[in-house]
Amino acid sequence: MAFLEIDHLRKAFGQITVVEDFNLAIERGEFVSFLGPSGCGKTTTLRMVAGFESPTSGIIRIDGKDVTEAKPNQRNVGMVFQSYALFPNMTIAENVGFGLKVAGRPAGEIKTRVEEMLALIKLPQVGGRYPYQLSGGQQQRVALARALAIKPKVLLLDEPLSALDAKIRVSLRQEIRQIQRELGITAIYVTHDQEEALSISDRIVVMSQGRMEQVGTPFEIYNYPRTRFVASFVGTLNVLKGQVVDAAAGKVTIDGQPIASASHLNGAKPGEACSIALRPEAVSLTDPTSGANSLQGMVEEVSFLGSVVRIRVRFGENAISLDTFNKPSVAPPAWGTKVTVSFARDALLVLDGAEAA
Amino acid sequence: MKRARIGPWIALTLGTLYFIVPLIATFEFSLRMRRGEYSFDAYRVVFADARFQATFGYSSLLALATIIVGVLLVVPTAYWVNLRLPKLRPVIEFITLLPLVIPAIVLVFGYLRLYNSESWLPMTGHEQATDLLLTFGYVTLALPYMYRAVDNGLRAIDVRTLTEAAQSLGAGWPTILFRVILPNVRVAVLSGAFLTFAIVIGEFTMAALLNRPAFGPYLQLIGANRAYEPSALAIIAFAVTWACMGLINLVGRGARTAAPAP
Ligand SMILES: Nc1ncnc2c1ncn2[C@@H]1O[C@H](COP(=O)(O)OP(=O)(O)OP(=O)(O)O)[C@@H](O)[C@H]1O
Ligand SMILES: [Mg+2]
Repeated sequence: MAFLEIDHLRKAFGQITVVEDFNLAIERGEFVSFLGPSGCGKTTTLRMVAGFESPTSGIIRIDGKDVTEAKPNQRNVGMVFQSYALFPNMTIAENVGFGLKVAGRPAGEIKTRVEEMLALIKLPQVGGRYPYQLSGGQQQRVALARALAIKPKVLLLDEPLSALDAKIRVSLRQEIRQIQRELGITAIYVTHDQEEALSISDRIVVMSQGRMEQVGTPFEIYNYPRTRFVASFVGTLNVLKGQVVDAAAGKVTIDGQPIASASHLNGAKPGEACSIALRPEAVSLTDPTSGANSLQGMVEEVSFLGSVVRIRVRFGENAISLDTFNKPSVAPPAWGTKVTVSFARDALLVLDGAEAA
Repeated sequence: MKRARIGPWIALTLGTLYFIVPLIATFEFSLRMRRGEYSFDAYRVVFADARFQATFGYSSLLALATIIVGVLLVVPTAYWVNLRLPKLRPVIEFITLLPLVIPAIVLVFGYLRLYNSESWLPMTGHEQATDLLLTFGYVTLALPYMYRAVDNGLRAIDVRTLTEAAQSLGAGWPTILFRVILPNVRVAVLSGAFLTFAIVIGEFTMAALLNRPAFGPYLQLIGANRAYEPSALAIIAFAVTWACMGLINLVGRGARTAAPAP
């Protein structure tokens, strides 16, 4: 049995359902992210796990115990908020020790634990300061220490980094992940930043409009998106409109040029329109190896991004963005040059027929 | 340039004179008890008067009780409205403003009708019970000021997130209220408290009609019967009020330098 089980969870505010049929089993020590656009129900789901919202229906179990109806202060769940939410009237040490003090632990034990926690977040000197005397990044680390001090069963983080600037976001997310690994604590991390979710999660739950779109490792989510939504929300995606030639053999034409997909197009009739997707990094500017697809087009745009050069090639109605590594010895093609792009058959993602328009 | 500046100065001077001249005149008059020279005799007489000490002590005590009851009533209410019933805020604000619209005399007549010695709850029949009644009356009078002060304090902090943070760390309601919320609105509560004190010290109508030995009725009594002492008392009352205002400022500033908002 999984450590944290969410079973047929549903939440409605009045007439509006904001979370629907949410099912998830999280193993002990796993780091799971909820990823999705604004308003898709990530926070609401997390708040139900924390106990701040009560589910309309469904069950939440932590460590085998049904906590669906338990009050937030009886769940032993640590929470980190976007706005840090440190207590302004208390010093950093008092903040970190708050949970233990509430639990009635002896002063000596609290002191030791606070020092341990401050060392863990690499801020051993700040115990006597007040929250307003720390930077945003430091405050959020203290908030993490405060949540962890009570040795919670589950750590919940709701967009903990979105109030910070880009550089700190990257370093702090790695620090959070490292601390989580070190302590082996089960964690749920809410974010709308796909890069963040991909870089630190064991598994990602992609959500849209209150529904789970897909659950999987970052590798699975990125490479094998199961719905069009996942494919377009996670990473950059080229969506091509084609016409079916032979559904069983996966043969399609793109602006009149034939290509073939490794997967077949379930039940489509010849002549029908279909949608096919390609990741920029799956496309190259070299000549095709045997069996690979190729398309002839014209360079429409070249963006130099540093280590990567992104090139857009147009074929007619369709265009593809592709990424090549920057090589100082090879200049990127000029605008308007005629080029051949190639990609493997299995790089083509056939998007859900129903959603292909 | 020059002319543009003169206008405001004239307004300011006139305003200042309007407030200051009567005060100075009162002060000057209060010093004239001894014939032919200035002295603090009037003050000496006032401070030596046993009734002054008794009534001032009584009113201070009642002010303290009013503050305690007021804080216990207003802080949890304002907190709950902020946390769970934000839609009710206009209603609560309207209710807390009512004491400004309904004169104290109406309130106290209501009390006398409801709680007189022939009623089902004859509170005016006992001194302690009347004191209690008076305290509740004062709480009502001070409600607009106390509520506004506390509500402003609560709006300045993120009540909901702080509450949830405390909850997730295992805290129950009393801990949240007294260890997290109250300390963070301390300044607001204190300014509400000083305003309450100033109101209670000078209140006349309720205390007089409930026939309690408060400072307000004493002021009135002296004012009607003596020459110099009322001026001295007026100055003392002013000093007390100003001391309260000063304390509000001092506490506010002290808290800001000690722990400014992030
Ligand atoms: N207390 C509430 N009453 C009514 N509707 C609510 C309430 N809380 C959330 N909602 C609605 O539920 C939906 C999901 O909200 P939620 O906060 O879970 O989104 P989210 O995925 O966390 O978005 P974001 O990335 O913007 O934080 C939204 O449409 C929101 O308007
Ligand atoms: Mg959210």
